Amino acid sequence: MKEYTKLLCDITKPGRTGYRLPPDELKDMEVEKGIPAGMLRQDEPALPEVSEVDVIRHFVNLSQKNFAIDKGFYPLGSCTMKYNPKINEDMAALAGFANLHPYQPEETVQGALQLMYELDEMLAEITGMERVTLQPAAGAHGEMTGLMIMKAYHESRDDHKRTKIIVPDSAHGTNPSSAQVVGFDVVEIKSDKSGNVDIESLKAALSDEVAGLMLTNPSTLGLYEENIQEVARLVHEAGGLLYYDGANANAILGISRPGDMGFDVVHLNLHKTMTTPHGGGGPGSGPVGVKKHLVPFLPAPMIEKKGDTYYLDEDRPQSIGRIRAFYGNFGINVRAYTYMKTMGAEGLKKVSQMAVLNANYLMHHLKNYYRLPIDRVCKHEFVLAGLGKKELEVNTMDVAKRLLDYGFHPPTVYFPLIVPEALMIEPTETESLETLDAFIEAMAAISKEADENPELLKSAPHVTPVRRLDEVKAARQPVLKCAMPEGPQ
Amino acid sequence: MRVMKDLLFTNEHEWVDVQGEEAYVGLTEFASKALGDIVFVELPEVDEEYSAGDSFGVVESVKAAADMYMPLDGVVTEINTELEDDPGQINQSPLENWFLKFKITNKSQLDELMTPADYERFCEEEA
Repeated sequence: MKEYTKLLCDITKPGRTGYRLPPDELKDMEVEKGIPAGMLRQDEPALPEVSEVDVIRHFVNLSQKNFAIDKGFYPLGSCTMKYNPKINEDMAALAGFANLHPYQPEETVQGALQLMYELDEMLAEITGMERVTLQPAAGAHGEMTGLMIMKAYHESRDDHKRTKIIVPDSAHGTNPSSAQVVGFDVVEIKSDKSGNVDIESLKAALSDEVAGLMLTNPSTLGLYEENIQEVARLVHEAGGLLYYDGANANAILGISRPGDMGFDVVHLNLHKTMTTPHGGGGPGSGPVGVKKHLVPFLPAPMIEKKGDTYYLDEDRPQSIGRIRAFYGNFGINVRAYTYMKTMGAEGLKKVSQMAVLNANYLMHHLKNYYRLPIDRVCKHEFVLAGLGKKELEVNTMDVAKRLLDYGFHPPTVYFPLIVPEALMIEPTETESLETLDAFIEAMAAISKEADENPELLKSAPHVTPVRRLDEVKAARQPVLKCAMPEGPQ
Repeated sequence: MRVMKDLLFTNEHEWVDVQGEEAYVGLTEFASKALGDIVFVELPEVDEEYSAGDSFGVVESVKAAADMYMPLDGVVTEINTELEDDPGQINQSPLENWFLKFKITNKSQLDELMTPADYERFCEEEA
């Protein structure tokens, strides 16, 4: 099974099943009666027919071809692919959490409510906010929630002309799209030469039509916004609100807080910063925190406490309403809670210090082999502009593919868009000096190969389960359906 | 055959070919190279009215998606539907493959576009 690359439709055999059903007791009933003819299926469904062991081997074999954080170094910039401690899984699997039903009476789920209440408090403390909703199921979902809150705030003041959201070009790609989804017009402003928001462009964009600004800090360049207080002051003076994309919070835990910087709304990605599973399905969790003046608009319900009893408070007349069924991805929030409790306040601060140190260590060494467009102390990640002069011959995609042969997951490539041939590298705090050195060695070797044997890079990867995939063909002629074999099923 | 020296340019890398009261718009070679293989194009409807700087469509490559912007105020008179079926043509000859033709409603805005020499300098700064 070493070279196994089949699809289920390749191994299907008519009549082979993984189950045996009891005799059909309903075979004399005319179940078709009462269903319109047009709604009735004429053919058998075209599903693969395989045995249980076929299915197990199929998926186990495919899963072993995957790269995962538990297999190796995964410096995928902007994604914070850090190790997920296994104690998180133990806690989420506790019967009292894992077997809960969301419709259970409140008095029987006090522990779960308490955990969510305390997670709200802890996240509020870390971000400098008043309250936090745990409902959003992902980062972009959190952005949407935050923007809806901002909109509700302006409308509650009868201020209906604020239709614009300012987004710097170094923001996460989801920021402008979230603003669009909520019905705002997006105004993009440029970064200056050192990667900060260009203050003159910001001033020019501000008016009484601006609902707010969305800032990613540190930015996708991995740089801390040096003019953050000036930015906050200008936006507030123009009557706008400040939204903090906290996806890069791994750089600032226990060191600086969006609330203290003057921000009104923030979202965190627990699947990045708080070590909950990430990639391959997650699911994610994107809690949103707000300052006091925006608390009334938070999604209903919120978890409140009366005496020693926790309850879901639906009585929130100014709320933007429910934004997800039940109350967020509870199992994921248990993992995040576990992580924060095991690390403690000092531990979380150390996380950020080490994440920043690791990134700077890599940047310091890799700038000898790759082009570094902005040479400034970085935070949790940094962006290289490819190999520099060699990029016409060998580009960033070739470097990324070659890294697979060395056993590393490649960094994020071609993002952010403001850096040509971008390689965005985020080591995270969980990697040892030995791992970082091995990565530097591989990157240096690839740079040398680009000079001496560029063909090696252009035809990479060489040792992966499949060779270089044709992305252009995949995008232009996608095959989205597994073709079942012809003939009687 | 369209050549650079007869065209005007925007700082969002659109080229503009003015033909009397109308103009063709396309993507420059610099931008098509930066984007890489283009795999998807979204075009506007005919008769759609735009102001200069409005986004009229989208180009998507394997690397990124980018908005296309109107160089001048105008009303769309024709769109190049061939691009929707075969967007790769843009990479092959960016100047031949126009996105849309529009009726210019404010000719005074032509002064704000870049000349070929200005655009060349602009690209050097961007690179």
